[in-house]
Amino acid sequence: MSLTIAGVELPSRLILGTGGADNLTVLAGALRASGTALATVAMRRLDPAAGGGVLDLLRALDIKVLPNTAGCRTAAEAVLTAHLAREALGTDWIKVEVVADDHTLLPDPVELLDAVEQLVDDGFVVLPYTSDDPVLARRLEALGSAAVMPLAAPIGSGLGIRNPHNLALMVEDAGVPVIVDAGIGTASDAALAMELGCDAVMLATAVTRADDPVRMATAMRLAVEAGYHARGAGRVPRRWYARASSPARS
Amino acid sequence: MITVHVNGAQWQLPAGATVAEVVARLTDAPRGIAVAVDADVVPRARWASTPVRAGARIEVLTAVQGG
Repeated sequence: MSLTIAGVELPSRLILGTGGADNLTVLAGALRASGTALATVAMRRLDPAAGGGVLDLLRALDIKVLPNTAGCRTAAEAVLTAHLAREALGTDWIKVEVVADDHTLLPDPVELLDAVEQLVDDGFVVLPYTSDDPVLARRLEALGSAAVMPLAAPIGSGLGIRNPHNLALMVEDAGVPVIVDAGIGTASDAALAMELGCDAVMLATAVTRADDPVRMATAMRLAVEAGYHARGAGRVPRRWYARASSPARS
Repeated sequence: MITVHVNGAQWQLPAGATVAEVVARLTDAPRGIAVAVDADVVPRARWASTPVRAGARIEVLTAVQGG
């Protein structure tokens, strides 16, 4: 069940975002239940009044930190944010998000390619959040991305996998891990992502904003495992007509 | 005194104030923090030796729940 990104082996194929949780106690429970080994954080202006503590929590749970560039609209902003994250957190890993607008939060592919190119040059392990376009994923990989992170649906929408065919095409071509990121609503969405052959699933809202985040984190852990094994086991072909599973009566 | 912008707010600082002094006014536990002055990262090792000039735009960032 382990996942290798840029030569680093992670014991779980579920990546959790830490955003949206009501408090750190709930987040801690969800992180534990998810079994994740990698979790994202955002970089924001220091608020002297804020408690903070997410980094301490991740350290205590032995979960690797993956900073993101959430909120960035241009390649220049994303590159600066990545450098600040490296300085603040001491990690070369960066989840690059460059979004086009506030209501869809869809990736801006032109700015994204530019940011990824610069960050690979600057020695980062780059994990771009991308649309579900197989051609764009190929371009991101060619630039040196360590993984590609296509959306299932817009961030926080919980709409599930809108274009399974595109994800399957992406998986077929990819030489780096394909991590479905954003839009997962419930456990069956995560299982489907894995059944399509994706290497991992990243989600936040589906867990942190569920009525019971800890229980949903458990569901997501099991779903990712189930989908991974189902993919490996090889599903039966779909048939138009029935095929008896009991011997015919003679 | 000089005027600088720290995380979008106007601050008055004595001339010759350093990045380290700006950070110290925001927090006494500067772990997991990074600073950019005019969109250039100032590495922690240089905070104490980097003066801020009048009109500088200083961003002091940290990690928060997100993603």
